[in-house]
Amino acid sequence: MDRKRKIRVLVAKPGLDGHDRGARIIARAYADAGFEVVYSGVHQTPEEIVQAAIQEDVDMIGLSSLAGAHMYLFPRVAELLKQNGVDDIVICGGGIIRDEDIPKLKKAGIKEIFTPGSTLDDIVKWVKENVNPRGVSS
Amino acid sequence: MFNKKDLEAIEADDKKWQQVFKESVSKTPERLKRFSTVSDRPVQNLYTPLDTKDLDYSKDIGFPGQYPFTRGIQPSMYRGKLWTMRMFAGLGSARDTNKRFHLLVNQGQTGLSTAFDMPTLMGYDTDSPRSRGECGRCGVAIDTLKDIEILFDGLPIDRITTSMTINPPAPVLWAMYIAMAEKRGISRSAIGGTIQNDMLKEFIAQKTFMCPPRPSMRLIIDTIEFATKEVPRWNPISISGYHIREAGSTAVQELAFTLADGIAYVEAALERGLDIDSFAPRLSFFFNSHLDFFEEIAKFRAARRMWARIMRERFKAKDQRSMWLRFHTQTAGCSLTAQQPYNNIVRTALEAMAAVLGGTQSLHTNALDEVLALPTEQAASTALRTQQIIAEESGVANTIDPLGGSFLVERLTKDMEEEAFEYIGKIDGMGGMVAAIEKNYPQKEIADSAYRYQKQMEGGEKTVVGVNKYITEEELPVETLEIQAELQEKQIQWTNQVKNRRDNKRVKAALEKLGEAAQRDDNLMYYIIDAVREYATLQEICDVFRGVLGVYRDPGVY
Repeated sequence: MDRKRKIRVLVAKPGLDGHDRGARIIARAYADAGFEVVYSGVHQTPEEIVQAAIQEDVDMIGLSSLAGAHMYLFPRVAELLKQNGVDDIVICGGGIIRDEDIPKLKKAGIKEIFTPGSTLDDIVKWVKENVNPRGVSS
Repeated sequence: MFNKKDLEAIEADDKKWQQVFKESVSKTPERLKRFSTVSDRPVQNLYTPLDTKDLDYSKDIGFPGQYPFTRGIQPSMYRGKLWTMRMFAGLGSARDTNKRFHLLVNQGQTGLSTAFDMPTLMGYDTDSPRSRGECGRCGVAIDTLKDIEILFDGLPIDRITTSMTINPPAPVLWAMYIAMAEKRGISRSAIGGTIQNDMLKEFIAQKTFMCPPRPSMRLIIDTIEFATKEVPRWNPISISGYHIREAGSTAVQELAFTLADGIAYVEAALERGLDIDSFAPRLSFFFNSHLDFFEEIAKFRAARRMWARIMRERFKAKDQRSMWLRFHTQTAGCSLTAQQPYNNIVRTALEAMAAVLGGTQSLHTNALDEVLALPTEQAASTALRTQQIIAEESGVANTIDPLGGSFLVERLTKDMEEEAFEYIGKIDGMGGMVAAIEKNYPQKEIADSAYRYQKQMEGGEKTVVGVNKYITEEELPVETLEIQAELQEKQIQWTNQVKNRRDNKRVKAALEKLGEAAQRDDNLMYYIIDAVREYATLQEICDVFRGVLGVYRDPGVY
């Protein structure tokens, strides 16, 4: 019997931005891909997101931002995870993010950034290749 | 619109023609397996008088300025006065945005439209921990009346109207505007403008919320009542489909949910004891104009006819102005692409043209770079020029409702009306829009449509130039506007200075009075104006609302 756990993902909207069309579509695509999905809803603080990620025991956090506050909010989530001693939750992000911001975000611990034009298939494939259900691999 | 004999002849000819068509496509097959609109509505190969035989010209279409207003709310439409060119603008500090306003007015813009930053939209001050990183990023940052004074400094607000895209804290921003005008010696009865103030669509789509739906309705009805009594030239609400569409709805869902929201507001105002014809003429609307040209034009025409019918038949309005669906339009932000951004100028021009052919009262055209950031001056200026070209070069504004009588457009108008009324019937059956929202009904319907469209787009069934077809590797760079991170600290310091100069005892007293009034059923507008005059901050006032009326949390439907 295959005891392999499904990938568990938290799709989260940090900050005050309400543009959630992308986040909701991604959440549904993850569910269709067979992942277990927790969707935070909008207006979450980085603290709330990290707490939910730990509580829900997720393997990945997908952050979405379309109102320009990603340079503060994304790194803050990574920093708080570290402060909580978590080093095995992958963070990726997406939204309206300028090219020049991407290297800075990656340096801050965001593993990948998806910008407009990324397809659902590409994103799901990336997750499958880069996220392991915790407690199963290695 | 044709007599029976004519129709019989047309029907016979149509049968023959369909045969000819079939033979033709058997040699050269049709381009697509299925022809449909952006909203996935199937489209026929040809429309003829047979498609409009159920329509009665006088009852269903009529004349401009006459019930049911399908062809326009005014008799003269753009022959008399063009639509208001109202560019949505807001960036950085009040001073930065004031500069942009002056630029747009100098370029011939005829109304102001204010975009606020996220903390302002949510009722938080810049120094709130929740506001970190957001100051001035998607609009102007406003903490106190001082910022509003600077924002409108030197602008002729006694002559041009101002729209403010603000929702949960709408009563507060409006109070600041009124207080600012009165400080300049302009009475509240002389100012004109619009606050968006439509919370139902926030729960459904845009997701900027503060209090739960029912207390939110109370605040909105306070503003409607206050406008009716004190600010007669103001539109206290702009019932908005724009955001519903941006969230991924179809055109019919946009139409249906917007009008269902309108019905909910009318019912709540009637419950307050207001007379229908005392407030209904000041209700205004706001729609999206997406890329599917004819579907959009039909949507605007259907909206006008439906609202007229709802107001006259359902609510027994007598004043014609109560039956007018006056609306602002914004071209569809969600149709723009980050790839090959210069193509966005063309998309916006088409969408703007549809809004004009649909009879809009006012229009914002998106700038080509708005998909990447707030627009640069150059991009905003090109967007405004797009409207001026449509208005004064293209000739489309020279005759009223030029597509009226088009077999296609009339058929679409009628079909969309029927489908939207079906939705409204369903929502009535649930106990109205507030109850439907509490059941997450419209949210789910929109989520389904958004996901379906995304799949169709990614599957190549729907073309987006530069995204899934005609892709180029090398792209022309676009210059974008950057908001400096230092602005946040500057704004916090500035608001601290304002707080140091005000009389804190008086602020506290005003806030206490507001809190007490909120617990009673008093109209809160009077108390809010008193508080903003004392330079109470936006958040201080909104915290009173949150404390007394409660806080809404996103149920996170996907």
